[in-house]
Amino acid sequence: MRLEARGEVSRFMLVAAPFAAVAFTLLVSSLFVAWAGAPLGRTYALILDGGFGSRFAWSETLTRATPLILTGLSAAVAFRARFYNIGAEGQLYAGALAAVAIGGLHGGTGFAAHPALLFPVMMAAAMLAGALLLLVPALLRTRLGVDEVVTTLLLNFIVLLFVSMMLEGPMKDPTAMGWPQSVALGDDLQLGKLIERTRVHAGLLWAVALAALLWAIFKYSTFGFAVRAVGANPRGAAFVGVPVQWTMIAVALISGALAGLAGAIEVAGRTGYVTLDMSPGYGFSGIVIAMLAGLNPLGVVAAAVFVAGVLVGADSMSRGVAVPTYIAEVIVAISLLSMLMATAFARYRLRWH
Amino acid sequence: MLPDILVILGNADFWAAVLRIATPLVFGTLGVLLCERAGVLNLGIEGIMVAGALAGWLAVYLGGSLWVGVMVAALTGAAFGLLHAFLTVPLALSQHVAGLGITLFATSVSYYAYRVSFPNVALPPTIAPFAEMAWLTIPILAKQTPMTLLALTCVPLLAWVLYRTPVGLAVRMVGENPAAAEGQGLNVNAVRTGAIVAGSALMGVAGAFLTLSAFNAFFFNMVNGRGWICVALVVFASWRPGKALLGALLFAFFDALQLRLQQGGDGVPYQVYLMLPYALSILALVLVARRAAYPQALMKPYVKGER
Repeated sequence: MRLEARGEVSRFMLVAAPFAAVAFTLLVSSLFVAWAGAPLGRTYALILDGGFGSRFAWSETLTRATPLILTGLSAAVAFRARFYNIGAEGQLYAGALAAVAIGGLHGGTGFAAHPALLFPVMMAAAMLAGALLLLVPALLRTRLGVDEVVTTLLLNFIVLLFVSMMLEGPMKDPTAMGWPQSVALGDDLQLGKLIERTRVHAGLLWAVALAALLWAIFKYSTFGFAVRAVGANPRGAAFVGVPVQWTMIAVALISGALAGLAGAIEVAGRTGYVTLDMSPGYGFSGIVIAMLAGLNPLGVVAAAVFVAGVLVGADSMSRGVAVPTYIAEVIVAISLLSMLMATAFARYRLRWH
Repeated sequence: MLPDILVILGNADFWAAVLRIATPLVFGTLGVLLCERAGVLNLGIEGIMVAGALAGWLAVYLGGSLWVGVMVAALTGAAFGLLHAFLTVPLALSQHVAGLGITLFATSVSYYAYRVSFPNVALPPTIAPFAEMAWLTIPILAKQTPMTLLALTCVPLLAWVLYRTPVGLAVRMVGENPAAAEGQGLNVNAVRTGAIVAGSALMGVAGAFLTLSAFNAFFFNMVNGRGWICVALVVFASWRPGKALLGALLFAFFDALQLRLQQGGDGVPYQVYLMLPYALSILALVLVARRAAYPQALMKPYVKGER
């Protein structure tokens, strides 16, 4: 079995590939649903309805998509330079913690500054926390050649333990009855709701605006070109005068900042405080979303809405039929693998001899 | 603090714990090592360990013997390895992304399978796990289960295969210089696929140790980063089986030590102790970074006719 590059990659193949991937995903996921002994059509209908079928469903999906867009962008930026930041989960928590440190300590009064001043400081602190957390692996990679995959993965565990330490120590909410939960942000620091009586908050606009900004940067700026060059061929990039190490560090700072911001926006828009389960793996889902989107920032928005819809839909589906909610993660994982295969088949054909 | 540590170190139970903690890491590290020696990074380990833990345990729960459980875990690992090999070898996809995809897939499928099999259980169902080898009468080994013995046997076995057999030579060649290996008449893709499948089988067994030996049930999040630590240990071990055993023991030593110190009640938050193993893994990577002898073709897909 070996690969043979297609002489010319047809537009049809490139357009058809994602559809083939979706069809394949549905097919394989169906086997899992059938295994649970549930009616196929009804299960999918319930997922679709729970994720996208009503105003309420859409509001829940968009609420869930907000942090996913940001972690998706975080992964997309880093992966474009082939800097494999797998630590978005930790950076998200670091950002959330920094946001509460600025906006929630001292009984929720913060540093007694005006919210108009405190809010941007809070967001900046979250971005800085995420960026600094990723700066260490980035420097280890560029200076010492330590693989960033393992360091960022391991930092996730350290950050989560640190969060746990803070929630039981200095940042503990004394009124939470022993539940590990941080003090809450001041009310005037929370993001406004976009739609009445739903949980959709202004963070969604931030996330979409950042996606558009990054898209423009990658399409039109020299920096965007440098990132792509470093990702495609670092030696070639260095040869034409791209500062490879600095580009990689800049990419790491942006990627970490985006994940940190995701944490702060979750706190300011949804939860109001930090808990140890505030992110059900948003950092890791971000990687899937970035890959589904082909690392395109605008595609990240679409992919995040898709993944959020499946997650929200599966939650509501499992109340109707006996299929565990983990089917959502199964569907997302299969869609990642089939998308990867589809892109490969669009560019290459397999020869069996 | 120091006298406490000395007391702990003088205790045979402590050293038994070190060996116990090291066992899954030995299996996992050897698995990663085999894949990487053939030039393929396998970040699927974290998920493959989860799948191995569940599949092995489920086989025993459904009436199989404990060794059947180990075999089932190995086959499950091999199956996911075959998928990883398909994605990374003939399809030449990014090994980072494919590996993470395998981890997500294997983990979610395992959790789903567990929930489908046991929809409403308050307490996780249990099995009778491997017993300690009391008949062995060697102080620390007698406290271990046969799986630890298997792990310790695998180390020289893999070293022998890698350095003393044609198969091992082939694996090392495709990991260092696939074009030259091809020139010698080797089928690069077949050798790489074989190495990934065998390595992933070891990862599956690593997971099964948790459910068949360390504990007697399957828990969510029970692998808890052990797979990632194996990936770090391989770098620390310079891709050598003997050093991999050393690395796993060293890591387990610190892990066992922090577990004991945690119970000391010295006012240090217990999370600080729990952080130590992860922090030490990163430190180990930094220390060996300058002299890390990566297999030359690691993470470089081999497509015939492309350079």
